[in-house]
Amino acid sequence: MTTKPATANTRDSVYGAANLAEVADTGEHVVPDLPQEPVIEATDLNVYYGDFHAVHDVNLAFGRGEITALIGPSGCGKSTVLRCLNRMNDLVIGARVTGAVTYHGQNVYGPKVDPIEVRRRIGMVFQKPNPFPKSIYDNIAYGPRVTGMKVDNMDDLVEEALHSAALWDEVKDKLKQSAYGLSGGQQQRLCIARTVATRPDVILMDEPCSSLDPIATSRIEDLMLEMRKDYALIVVTHNMQQAARVSDRTAFFTARPDETTGNRTGLLVEYNLTNRIFSNPDDSRTEAYISGRFG
Amino acid sequence: MTTTQIKPGRRREEGTRVLDTGQNHERNAGSLAFLVALWCSLAFGVLVLLVLIASTALDGAPRLDANLFTEYSSTLFEEETGVRAGILGSLWLMVTTAVMSVPLGIAAALYLEEFANPTRWYNRLIEVNLQNLAAVPSVIYGLLALGLLALRGFRQTSLVIGGALALTLLILPVIIITTRESIRAVPREIRDGSLALGATLWQTTWRQSLPSAIPGIATGTILALSRAIGEAAPLLLLGVATGIRFDPNGILSQFTALPIQIFTMSSQPQEEFQTAAAAAIIVLLVMILVLNGLAIYIRNHYQRRW
Ligand SMILES: Nc1ncnc2c1ncn2[C@@H]1O[C@H](COP(=O)(O)OP(=O)(O)OP(=O)(O)O)[C@@H](O)[C@H]1O
Ligand SMILES: [Mg+2]
Repeated sequence: MTTKPATANTRDSVYGAANLAEVADTGEHVVPDLPQEPVIEATDLNVYYGDFHAVHDVNLAFGRGEITALIGPSGCGKSTVLRCLNRMNDLVIGARVTGAVTYHGQNVYGPKVDPIEVRRRIGMVFQKPNPFPKSIYDNIAYGPRVTGMKVDNMDDLVEEALHSAALWDEVKDKLKQSAYGLSGGQQQRLCIARTVATRPDVILMDEPCSSLDPIATSRIEDLMLEMRKDYALIVVTHNMQQAARVSDRTAFFTARPDETTGNRTGLLVEYNLTNRIFSNPDDSRTEAYISGRFG
Repeated sequence: MTTTQIKPGRRREEGTRVLDTGQNHERNAGSLAFLVALWCSLAFGVLVLLVLIASTALDGAPRLDANLFTEYSSTLFEEETGVRAGILGSLWLMVTTAVMSVPLGIAAALYLEEFANPTRWYNRLIEVNLQNLAAVPSVIYGLLALGLLALRGFRQTSLVIGGALALTLLILPVIIITTRESIRAVPREIRDGSLALGATLWQTTWRQSLPSAIPGIATGTILALSRAIGEAAPLLLLGVATGIRFDPNGILSQFTALPIQIFTMSSQPQEEFQTAAAAAIIVLLVMILVLNGLAIYIRNHYQRRW
């Protein structure tokens, strides 16, 4: 992995707010070798479920304006790592986390940190679309309402959120209808809109397209690319093409069996720019997985 | 190691119709006999019930008149005795029981399902106890209520509150168990979705789990209440009498209940009381049927299928 910091010029073109639109317009999207001013950083992250050591020493940094893909064979701890970033793992009885996760430099697991605030700022989209049994409107308004966000005009917020999930045109005439009437792909975009509504700057997605058909999948992928400029997007996927298509960086995980207990502990093998991972990975295990010989 | 390769099923020559075996294995003697046995068991149960209801209805028909509903029980005019006090008492009892047991049961179920850590010993103890409590005979709860009232210094124990206390204890485990089941039927993903948006556990419970579970809770509660309304044993222990000749007017009022009146009337020698008892049974049955019908309606119309 190259450690040379990117030039100030590159950095500005990615992070400078004024340049963002330009970057998107020209289709040019420059990613520094390492995330600059990472939004989220995991340091020596270890996760245990009871006595079971699920994830070992993960070090990762995620930047704004980037999509990071987490890939690896089933059971290697991708979802576990993802859930640690917004403290969703707190809800699993017996789960224990050591090491640090920082969000804009603050420890997410700090003693004074409110996990509710963490989850509001670090949104999450799940594998199966999980709209609430409420109207489309109320699905979006739910997050701002429960977190007591100050909202001048809820209608505007709902519209804005639906726009950013590229769903507005399809649902603008049926906002009061049940979200269960939407197709799977629309439901998943509704879940993304719902997440956007609480104004996070990081969005975690755990296999967001795995229950969708190819067309709905490509719409979500387009949406991710669209959203990239405003968020740090972290996406778990089993779809290699998807990782190659949308992500800027890729982290490859694998699971290593313990010699004595036989328990499979997940670890991070390689984290690099996506085109590096897919064209010229440093680790032979990565290459084996990418080329389909393993996992 | 030699491996036996499994060959694909043999295809018959063109022209033979392989599916026309001339037999129907779904309708052979064994399965038919089993089906008949099942039908017989069902018919037996339903028939006995129908005969019972029909004969009671016939017995009670002459007394299914206005006097039955408007008169208090009377030993002077046996042919005009009524169960007014019993009907009103049973209604008072049911409402008081519902008011006490529903909030308590739902709260307990929510705690156990959403907040309790099931690995803690005290939560496991509650869990095991709950299962056992559901199987305790109702007389025991009558005794418990009697004891509680006595402790509080009540001389008179045949009060609405006493009966409601016993019935609350009786149906609480049932309400807790059915509530937990309907909360558990709310998918994990809905809860995770809510929590991931920054809702607290309490908000998630209140705004997601509970509303989705309400039809199930209502159904379970109504069925539990309809069981409670037919109970006589715990009330007998509390000394609830038949001969109450006034309407109950509060939870501290003395009262009588339909099952008690039925019990006393049917143990009288006079023919008139037997007839009145049969009529009262019909009234009680109708009340229970209405409650069960309501429960079925709620289940069919509001129950969410995920
Ligand atoms: N709630 C839990 N309790 C106990 N063990 C768990 C729990 N969740 C995950 N695990 C274990 O942790 C390990 C990592 O699981 P995780 O779900 O993170 O894998 P994953 O990489 O997301 O797999 P997949 O690709 O199949 O989604 C697995 O061995 C799994 O059995
Ligand atoms: Mg997973």
